[in-house]
Amino acid sequence: MKTSRRTQVFWIVGAILIIAYAIIPVLWIVSLSFKEGDDITNNSFLPTVWSWENYKTVFASDLFTTALRNSVGMALIATTISVILATLAAYAISRLNFPGKRLVLGVALAITVFPVIAIATPLFNLWRTLGLYDTWLGLIIPYLSYSLPLAVYVLAAFFREIPWEMEQAAQVDGATAWQAFRRVIVPLAAPGVFTAAILTFFAVWNDFVFGITLTSSEAARPVPAALAFFQGASQFSQPTAPISAAAVVVTIPVVILVLLFQRKIVAGLTNGAVKG
Amino acid sequence: MSTVEAPPREPAAARRPRRIRLTDRARHERNLGWLLAGPAFIAMVAVTGYPILNALWLSMFDYRLTDPGGREFVGLGNYAMILTDGLFWQQFGITSLITIVTVSVELVLGFALAMVMHRALYLRTPLRTAILVPYGIITVVSAYAWTYAFSNTYGFVNPLFGLGDFDWFGGTWSALFTVCVAEIWKTTPFMSLLLLAGLAQIPDDYLEAAKVDGAKAWQRVKRVILPNMKAAIMVALLFRTLDAFRIFDSIFIMTAGAQGTETLSFLAYRQTISRVMVGLGSAVSVILAILVVLIAVLFVKVFKTDLSQQRGER
Amino acid sequence: MAAIEMRNIVKEYGDGFKAVNDVSLDIADGEFMILVGPSGCGKSTLLRMIVGLEDITSGDMVIGGNRVNEKAPRDRNLSMVFQNYALYPHLTVFENIAFPLRLQKGLAEEDIRRRVQDAADMLELNEHLERKPANLSGGQRQRVAMGRAIVREVNAFLFDEPLSNLDAKLRGQMRTEISRMQRRLGTTTVYVTHDQTEAMTLGDRVAVLRRGFLQQVASPRELYEQPVNMFVAGFIGSPPMNFLPAVVAGDRLKLPFLEIDVPAAAAGRVTDGQLLLAGLRPDHFEDAGLLDDVKRQRGALFRARVDVTEWLGDAQYAYIPFEAGDEVTKQLAELAAELDSEALRTQLVVKIDAMSRLRENQEAQFWADTRRMHLFDPRTGENITRDESAAAELAQLEQEKLQERMA
Repeated sequence: MKTSRRTQVFWIVGAILIIAYAIIPVLWIVSLSFKEGDDITNNSFLPTVWSWENYKTVFASDLFTTALRNSVGMALIATTISVILATLAAYAISRLNFPGKRLVLGVALAITVFPVIAIATPLFNLWRTLGLYDTWLGLIIPYLSYSLPLAVYVLAAFFREIPWEMEQAAQVDGATAWQAFRRVIVPLAAPGVFTAAILTFFAVWNDFVFGITLTSSEAARPVPAALAFFQGASQFSQPTAPISAAAVVVTIPVVILVLLFQRKIVAGLTNGAVKG
Repeated sequence: MSTVEAPPREPAAARRPRRIRLTDRARHERNLGWLLAGPAFIAMVAVTGYPILNALWLSMFDYRLTDPGGREFVGLGNYAMILTDGLFWQQFGITSLITIVTVSVELVLGFALAMVMHRALYLRTPLRTAILVPYGIITVVSAYAWTYAFSNTYGFVNPLFGLGDFDWFGGTWSALFTVCVAEIWKTTPFMSLLLLAGLAQIPDDYLEAAKVDGAKAWQRVKRVILPNMKAAIMVALLFRTLDAFRIFDSIFIMTAGAQGTETLSFLAYRQTISRVMVGLGSAVSVILAILVVLIAVLFVKVFKTDLSQQRGER
Repeated sequence: MAAIEMRNIVKEYGDGFKAVNDVSLDIADGEFMILVGPSGCGKSTLLRMIVGLEDITSGDMVIGGNRVNEKAPRDRNLSMVFQNYALYPHLTVFENIAFPLRLQKGLAEEDIRRRVQDAADMLELNEHLERKPANLSGGQRQRVAMGRAIVREVNAFLFDEPLSNLDAKLRGQMRTEISRMQRRLGTTTVYVTHDQTEAMTLGDRVAVLRRGFLQQVASPRELYEQPVNMFVAGFIGSPPMNFLPAVVAGDRLKLPFLEIDVPAAAAGRVTDGQLLLAGLRPDHFEDAGLLDDVKRQRGALFRARVDVTEWLGDAQYAYIPFEAGDEVTKQLAELAAELDSEALRTQLVVKIDAMSRLRENQEAQFWADTRRMHLFDPRTGENITRDESAAAELAQLEQEKLQERMA
């Protein structure tokens, strides 16, 4: 639709306001992470002196570095497994006729609806008896089950956009259903799989509830949970600025992913949600 | 060589027995279906099925983790205790309030954001990239950012609005306000992206036709855009309402439930993990789950009528 | 190559709807068979049952002497060209054509290369082999889809409205191309279309379907000249056949504008006062002023007022409105709806010589070739003047043509 110059100016102003809205809180925590000494309590947006001190503190702290390692490791493992399982399931759901399809979808829906906290507390008891409490596996498993529905929805939406004739043509050309999936559908769905992986990573990376309920030590505690227990360099100094620095560190992967794959994320979110 | 067949008038005299035998293709499809969906299904059920049933079971015991010997079956006693407790209803009220306030603000704000994203010809990429930052950022990080921003020790909010050393976290309403601000900031982008998808599906022809028919900007929004976005709006509202009702992370970080800002999720956590009252905590979890399912069912019922309405219009 | 035999094929859906109803059809080895009919007549379903993408509810599907009902598509050794071509977007033209060969175990790379090259030569795709389908024009995509179909030795080619996504000019060219290819390879072909030009020009025989029932299987010529019923008569031919109310009065037949003797073929099969529908094709008419006497004698003359004329250069159409009773109007509307068109008003469409100086809104004298007229029973739609011996002769002619080609 054609718009006049004046209305375009209106939209540009709107766009700038929105960018400011989205960025300012992030800039604030970045700015805070560079504050040191009296600056921390200067109640102004910017520090007077920019200092790397807080970053040195957090990276010197085992609490943070092990948590970071836990977070990265568990998020990557859970994302990979989740996306592989979801790709297979989403294909079956969007394309194949088999009894129990509705059951799979129903369970997926039930999980997205069920409160995480309601699962976390019984899981807390179960994991303690099974010895999974405070281990990587003990977190990866619930991450899987909670990220699978989202990944399945997003991928099913992608599969649905691939014309049916693709597999039918492959079948007529002599392919088995598995060959049709492997040789025709998987290459076509690759962008969708990638998008699902990013969204799944965000979901797992963001986890807090499982992180605080199913861990008790540094063995498996992820960063968001560790932040809540962070005490700073010494027992007595305020942890505000180091927490900010740690928060900035865990935000960096998110920002990088967003910068690189903005288009894919938007498409995945809107497709999966509206059509799924 | 020609054949004539009358259109269906009378049923064929001798009906063939129906073949129940599956074709190779259909059988293959069934097997493959379960082979592919099975692993994901197991992964979803294994971890959620047992805990849900376990929670239901434990919710009927008076059971404290530190005192396993004192475990005692109380039937629906825990539920009765919770539902007759004024504190529970206060927390239910707080949770509902947060849900209603955040979701309605997010809807209005999200719609404005979606309109700008849809219409702005310039700054498109930076706009969409920026908006994804709050979506992707960890909730705990967002909660800290806002806690510090509102803090009278570290924050820039008080000087900015000339509020001196007002303690935002000292009172129920001001503390809830900060929680709502943090929640709205973090989740409005998600809402706006869902709305944008709905907005993008409205053909420009509709708006041009409305313009030709003499509709003003506001009339176009009200009479053309909104009715055609009903489905997208309902989906966005459903997702966000369910999410908001389960609010936990922000409360934990920002207020830790102090000043009467405790929500139902937080109550469930506190009972089970902090106070190790496993039976009571499980009962709270079950009640929370039932409430969430009720909200979902309510929405789907409303949502369904909307869908059929839309089909009728087109 | 193989013959395809269908015995009492039925497709019934879960809700009891029968998309294909008791269809029996023999397609000879090397024959080009067209499945045609208005939308929803079951032609595509039937094709998909042949190829195995749709399950058969009952009946037997026999390809090359083997019953294939339960066989997966890949075990039927058929190839198919889809309506939207179904090219694999991630593969080059070469790999698209090679795809079926790559799925066959044990084919040497060299062999594959040679066979793809042969197919590409035949379809003039050589320059495009390394391109992706997204960068091709509609006609090129269509040819790639055909290349993929002909690259293997298959029992039969199946086409599902392959030309419907092309513009009119390209469609004509590709039609000739398909015909040429089929004649050259001599492979049994089943071709689904709703376009009657394709049906008439491509097929050795045409099977007309209506609501899942087979109406008539015959050569294009026989369908045109000796249709078995009103549906076939109305479906084949463009502009469609005119249907006029005809009332029997003794041994005379009263139509709007004219009155003639009851045709010999109908004698004894009609009763006095019976209402019939007379079918006359637009090209059975002429402007009486342009006729020689010999021809004039063989038909009937009538005067009528022309409403609208359309001059096309090589021909001219004149539209003559007439009043039909409610019963006939209703019946014609039903028929029109079934044929995917709309009956706006009862009118006679006549095709006359382009030389004619006919004026709109003026009365003129017309000639109708009443010997070629058919009479239909309005209740059953059956053609009561179908000439079985003429039809048999046409069928014989078609058989000979096919045998000659296959020899």
